[in-house]
Amino acid sequence: MSGWTKINGRAVALPQSNIDTDQLIPARFMTAARSDGYGKFLLHDVRQDIEDHVLNQFASVDILVTRRNFGSGSSREAAVYALVDFGIKAVFAPSFGDIFQSNAVNNGLLPARLSEADIEVLIATIGREDANAAVDLTTSTAHIAGQKLSFDLDPVWRQKLVNGWDDIDLTTQHNKEIDAFRAARFAVHPWALPTS
Amino acid sequence: MNGPQTLFSKLWASHEVTRRDDGTSLLWVDRHLVHEGSHHAFAKLQSRGMSVAAPELTFGVVDHYAPTRSGEVASDIRRMIDTLGRNARAQGIRLFDLRDSGQGIVHVIGPEQGLTLPGLLINCGDSHTSTHGAFGALAFGVGATEVAHILATQTIWQRRPKTMRMTINGALEPAVTAKDLALHWISTLGADGARGHAIEYAGPAIRAMSMEARLTLCNLSIEGGGRLGLIAPDQQTFDYIKGRNFAPKGTDWERALQDWSALATDEGAAFDQEVTIDANDVAPTVTWGTSPEDALPITARVPDPAIMSGAKGQQARASLDYMGLEPGMALDAISIDQVFIGSCTNGRIEDLRMAASVLKGRKAKVPGLVSPGSAAVKKQAEAEGLAQVFTQAGLEWAQSGCSMCVGMNGDRVKSGDRCASSTNRNFKGRQGRGARTHLMSPAMVAAAAVYGHLADVRPLLEGRT
Repeated sequence: MSGWTKINGRAVALPQSNIDTDQLIPARFMTAARSDGYGKFLLHDVRQDIEDHVLNQFASVDILVTRRNFGSGSSREAAVYALVDFGIKAVFAPSFGDIFQSNAVNNGLLPARLSEADIEVLIATIGREDANAAVDLTTSTAHIAGQKLSFDLDPVWRQKLVNGWDDIDLTTQHNKEIDAFRAARFAVHPWALPTS
Repeated sequence: MNGPQTLFSKLWASHEVTRRDDGTSLLWVDRHLVHEGSHHAFAKLQSRGMSVAAPELTFGVVDHYAPTRSGEVASDIRRMIDTLGRNARAQGIRLFDLRDSGQGIVHVIGPEQGLTLPGLLINCGDSHTSTHGAFGALAFGVGATEVAHILATQTIWQRRPKTMRMTINGALEPAVTAKDLALHWISTLGADGARGHAIEYAGPAIRAMSMEARLTLCNLSIEGGGRLGLIAPDQQTFDYIKGRNFAPKGTDWERALQDWSALATDEGAAFDQEVTIDANDVAPTVTWGTSPEDALPITARVPDPAIMSGAKGQQARASLDYMGLEPGMALDAISIDQVFIGSCTNGRIEDLRMAASVLKGRKAKVPGLVSPGSAAVKKQAEAEGLAQVFTQAGLEWAQSGCSMCVGMNGDRVKSGDRCASSTNRNFKGRQGRGARTHLMSPAMVAAAAVYGHLADVRPLLEGRT
């Protein structure tokens, strides 16, 4: 995965809270291989039910602005695949599902936290149109629809997004410590090994 | 690390392999549970030419796509199940395949098989992994990238969550269950009320709960945004585990009991947040909207979006549109098309017993499906005559799996149909495209089946529990 520091693009608003991962990608599409591309599944049923859904209006969208608890529910990383394959690079919301946030960062998608007040201003300003947006990870700032904003982002996650780090590579550097831990764990707590 | 510690801190410290300067910890994983949905992670592992680091600590089970009814299995579902089998065999992982007597929903079989133990760190690529915290284990759901990482290294990088203690005082009345309690607190704090927190459930109402009720409560932690749920183990926990298939035996068992007795929050330990709930305030509860936070006592009415503030009102209106409900309707006047009993939330033997005690000698006015949480639960329910109660009431008795909770195996609710369901999510489209889900306890589902509309189960249980 390659890292990034800045993006410029089109932002749209989804003025709903609790957009869960079941909505982001309905379960029936999850047998697909990633190589098939998941973009077409993004908010599939919602976009079919609401013909003039904002995501049906534009050829490409880079940034979503939405209400609280985005990505709650199922741990399905496929929800992030759908967003990323659709072309989304950042989501701005007051809060995110915990597992979703980790999944997002592991796939180069920025989950940026803004206050409820900032989000409401953006939703009101953008409305059903699109807006120009620029995001800078190094300063945790964004310009969206003419508003200058500072967003919240865990510094660890910032670093991961910027470097496009893969955790497995980082972890294998700790192999010695892991092996020692494993040996000690089962020596001290033999009951922790499954019997049978 | 002196001074009084929370149960969470003790568990965290005992699994920390190393900590980076930025505060992220590398944690050792004692049990890794995989299912058909783990195919992305196995593919990732394969693309790196790596193999599973600790196959003896990794267990696979067919649940999400498990067919629960006879008949032809769709080819893509077959492929999902076969892929898990292939990956498990290639990596030397013990698999509970279809027709294995240990098969079932991953969060039901973990405890059942004695794989879930106090003091362990348990991960699974499924958000309801919080269930296992009922045993005093550090258990949380992860995504596919993290599943691949655990397969490759048997560890996971985590930021330490904040801690919340939820103390439940008083006692739940007999017809009020852990499910009602969970829906109650989620509706009070919100679906993101515990976001970023490890929740420890404590207090007399928790001590009075059976292990299965504790599993239900911890299972639903994620629906309130919690990273995980935890309950300190006690004698009941140890009694439940003793003698189970993979549980420690002999001297290891004695050693385990010693270690486990230290697994409690010390007097005076501080939590980031304290919440107190009076169990006596909890009534049989149902959801009316499309988030678990949209829950109210069955005696209440559908809320009016017009008297809610901006975004909240807008959200409630959209929920009611989807659910086909009018503001002000009595909740117990909402008629249903079908019922479902099962899932990792409420598919265990006690759940089936309670639903059966409502249905015994009564007929369901609507069709419905009962899918036991595991093959073992199914066998026991049949031996106890519960299966017969369900079929005599007119409900369908099926095989075990995730079934109609998530619809991946084809067990779905038709668009526009309304289902009283013992599951965990009333999200739009969760049980099938356009499906309308009302969450409630298995007993409340049984009551809804008897009346053909949402109903208070209490009168139906009089003299029966």
